[in-house]
Amino acid sequence: MATYRHWNVRRDESRIAWITLDVADSPMNKLSADVMSELDTLLDDLDRYPPAGAVFQSGKDAGFIAGADIEEFKRLDSPEKARSLVERGWNLFNRVAGLSYPTCALIRGHCLGGGLELSLACRYRVAVDEPGTRLALPEVMLGIVPGWGGMLRLPQAVGAVAALDMMLTGKAVNARKAHSLGLVDESVPARVMQNAARSLVLSGKPPRQLPFVQRMLNGPLKAVVARQARSQVARRAPQKYYPAPWAIIDMWANYGGNALAVSGKRPTSLDAIAASPTTRNLVRVFFLQERLKGFGKDADFEPRHVHVIGAGTMGGDIASWCASRGMTVTLQDQAIERIAPAIRRAAEVFDRKFRGDKLKTRMALERIVPDTDGRGARQADVVIEAIFENLEAKQKLLSGLERIVKPDAVLATNTSSLKLEDIGSALKNPLRLVGIHFFNPVARMPLVEVVSASDTDRSMVRRAAAFVKAIDKLPLPVASAPGFLVNAVLGPYMLEAIRCADEGIAVEVIDRALVDFGMPMGPIELVDLVGLDVAMAAGKALTGAGAAPRRLTDLVAAGHLGKKTGRGFYAWIGGKAQKTKAGTVPDGLTERIVRPLLDATRRCVNQGVVADADLADAGVIFGTGFAPFTGGPMNYLAARGGVAAVDSGDELVVLPKAA
Amino acid sequence: MSKTIFVVDGARTPFLKARNAPGPFSASDLAVAAGRALLARQRFAPGDLDEVILGCAAPSPDETNIGRVVSLRMNCGQKVPGWTVMRNCASGMQAIDSAIMNIQSGRSTLVMAGGVDALSRAPLLYSEAMTRWFAAFASARTLGQRAAQLMQFKLRYLAPVIGIMKGLTDPVIGQIMGQTAENIAFRFGIDRCQMDAYAVRSHQRVAAAQDGGRFEEIVPLVGADGEVYQADDGVRRDSSMDNLAKLRPFFDRKYGNVTAGNSSQITDGAAWLLLASQEAVDRYGLEPIARIVDSQWAALDPAQMGLGPVHSATPILQRHGLGLNDVDAWEINEAFAAQVLACIAAWKDDAYCREQLGLEGALGTLDENTLNVDGGAVALGHPVGASGARIVLHLIHVLQRHGGGRGIASICIGGGQGGAMMVEV
Repeated sequence: MATYRHWNVRRDESRIAWITLDVADSPMNKLSADVMSELDTLLDDLDRYPPAGAVFQSGKDAGFIAGADIEEFKRLDSPEKARSLVERGWNLFNRVAGLSYPTCALIRGHCLGGGLELSLACRYRVAVDEPGTRLALPEVMLGIVPGWGGMLRLPQAVGAVAALDMMLTGKAVNARKAHSLGLVDESVPARVMQNAARSLVLSGKPPRQLPFVQRMLNGPLKAVVARQARSQVARRAPQKYYPAPWAIIDMWANYGGNALAVSGKRPTSLDAIAASPTTRNLVRVFFLQERLKGFGKDADFEPRHVHVIGAGTMGGDIASWCASRGMTVTLQDQAIERIAPAIRRAAEVFDRKFRGDKLKTRMALERIVPDTDGRGARQADVVIEAIFENLEAKQKLLSGLERIVKPDAVLATNTSSLKLEDIGSALKNPLRLVGIHFFNPVARMPLVEVVSASDTDRSMVRRAAAFVKAIDKLPLPVASAPGFLVNAVLGPYMLEAIRCADEGIAVEVIDRALVDFGMPMGPIELVDLVGLDVAMAAGKALTGAGAAPRRLTDLVAAGHLGKKTGRGFYAWIGGKAQKTKAGTVPDGLTERIVRPLLDATRRCVNQGVVADADLADAGVIFGTGFAPFTGGPMNYLAARGGVAAVDSGDELVVLPKAA
Repeated sequence: MSKTIFVVDGARTPFLKARNAPGPFSASDLAVAAGRALLARQRFAPGDLDEVILGCAAPSPDETNIGRVVSLRMNCGQKVPGWTVMRNCASGMQAIDSAIMNIQSGRSTLVMAGGVDALSRAPLLYSEAMTRWFAAFASARTLGQRAAQLMQFKLRYLAPVIGIMKGLTDPVIGQIMGQTAENIAFRFGIDRCQMDAYAVRSHQRVAAAQDGGRFEEIVPLVGADGEVYQADDGVRRDSSMDNLAKLRPFFDRKYGNVTAGNSSQITDGAAWLLLASQEAVDRYGLEPIARIVDSQWAALDPAQMGLGPVHSATPILQRHGLGLNDVDAWEINEAFAAQVLACIAAWKDDAYCREQLGLEGALGTLDENTLNVDGGAVALGHPVGASGARIVLHLIHVLQRHGGGRGIASICIGGGQGGAMMVEV
């Protein structure tokens, strides 16, 4: 039998060909051009003596197939390249789907993008019921479409509504969910996975068919489903900025899922996608994310016990997040009554997170140990203080901690407004103190700033980053400077928004303008969410002497501090801001409010708060949700200004008018 | 003992009184919560333990080897063996003794040992008649047979058997524990008034100890609903002779003296100690708080089980050439006020000491100012498996406050046994 570089075929006694993908020189399986052309050859070879059936499986521990090689997407700069990339997989997987013998994908671990499209081309699918098994078509997150048959075959497997949901959000499903959706034929434990694949592939069972109603929705009633999907997408992803989801709907509804069939003139064509900067920018964001993940990699540090001081919202949420990621957490505060609310919140979060799985909830919950005496600090691998923002209090606490913590423990402050150097000055060894700055709400914000001063012990910074990575957050190294990166860029932006409100522009209009720009939430609503008192304190720290906007001062004086008090710029009912219908957004408003954010980002780069412009973009996108299709503020500046924006002074930025 | 046995640390949950419904925590929840807090403050990792031994008199059917369940849930890792010991009311003390034995033999150097029970969660059982009916119904094949079987059903089959009453009844002599307390009260002429006075004092001592912050061994619990449990909740600050006098005898209903008020309470709780050899102390740089210098088990007539402490503590005193009041602090578990009073009376009783203990005469009068100085199970409750570990742990705290010294913790055991341990601080 022929040998291949990435593939391996073994025929067993029942004439099943076990086709194992084990991509050379890579920790995970990616479907590069090379790997795919080899599969084509392999299928030719099999055709000479067709097997009774074939099972596709992975030779990697990491998972099944992670998808296409995203490096290739960086070079998708012409319609021709996009077409040939799509053609490659469309044709190959059509060939797999048309094989004369039955096929089965044995899916264990991640099965993403092209990996799922290969699986869908098989007659049967078996998923191994393990935590790591995740099936998804995440192409849309990179601004592209699942063009290798996903748009054709996923709706056939799970129905149009579920398929569009998966393709338009990119969200992953686990083995059990995949089974209940009909995406896989079996969800089984690893111990019987080969038996399951063997008996399925020899079963002669016809492929699963959708029920009648589902067949209608994926047939004559496609237009109805498409209309519904478009109206949902319109809210999240305007076509102008995000062409891919619109293309997915159109290709599915009108072209049988064949991306190649869409005329190059249509806005939903591959040509249009290749021409849009969004795809390039989203691929860029993906690699920025990979870069952030890399910051945790080079430290030989496996933290298991985290000690958190301060069981307020922030400290409690840090504790519950760490516990949900498997860490033992000692949570310290002065009295058990102060710790208890954090435990209750954690229990609620875990209940939602683990969807009522009582065992998992209990296990996560009992990893949080209330610690009124602070005795957990002595054994902890990471010690984070999250007490109120007071220099003396933090100095006293940390200098006390310094005496008892393990010499190699990470000693960190979660301060957002105090200077690391000032806090550290109380320590015997100020150089060991780092900042680990989480954002609210901890569970939803992917970014964590790892703060160091110029002479901070680099090994501690690396360990802090490794800790952040270990709890599945993205570490961003930042220099100790007021507001670090994220608050430094958000502060002036929110301030400008409040000034606009002072001038009498309706807050709904202000928020509407920025949401249209692509922000996940308007700046005024954001102020309400973080708390007006917090914003005011931060504003003072960041902007110095400048007078605070009148409405902010008035509201704070009246005790209207935002969501937490039920009233801020908005009234909050049931956790939602009560908004009236927004009027027309006046010309120049969006520009006016975004401008300070862009300027602040550039200032941070110039001052070396982050190492380079790319990291600034990564930080602002993952720390504030700044419109990802722009590729980040620095990228946006560069694209708009057409110049290297970093050191120029005041070039005029032309912003798109709000849609 | 050949090797020195060090106590490194210990912790317990608050003891939560059963209030006619399943309590907020299962037995394993309690043991895990106290154990996690204890382990989180140690110099060593949970996985460094050589074993976890947990005493439990009534583990629930889904965690019969609760020691292993708890060990895994405390994150000790898959490779730390965990097991469960059962010696009724002394299960927690047996766990400590088993740890001592394994350290002595060199099998272990660092052991977590303790006890737990959640008596509020003791099950209601189907009666035997109901069980037989179920079996017959299950084996009925035809519809007719089933219908016939259904006709056989009697409503009284549904009357549940209360698991805890079974557990507290001696199957050999058919007496419930309270009746054995009546036996020894009768034997030593202890009257209702003395029992109630003892009970009032136990409540007062617990209240004073709570006010003085003397239950430092307690780690607070927080329920998933944010409810905080930080103190033993069985204590009644309003306990008085008048109040207690209103209660009716519970065990010999008409003419008895032992009431719910002068008995220990039905309670949920867990207690742990960390025991180490010299080797482990050196390896991890531990700071021992006490040494366990001797232990003793004894057995006697099941109908007199409350005198177990007399039989187990006396040999320790003899071995070390000590009198009753050469010991700085005593903890005798208060299963019943009558039973503790009977122990004191037995030591004072010339005939008892000669005939039952083989002494030349009465051992003496135990100074009650050194006994259960912070109260006992009458006020705190008696989560059966946990109490033996609790009294050893609390004794260490009492001795620490005393500035050091030696103490004996002893417990009576349903079925006619007694256990005792001597510690030095």
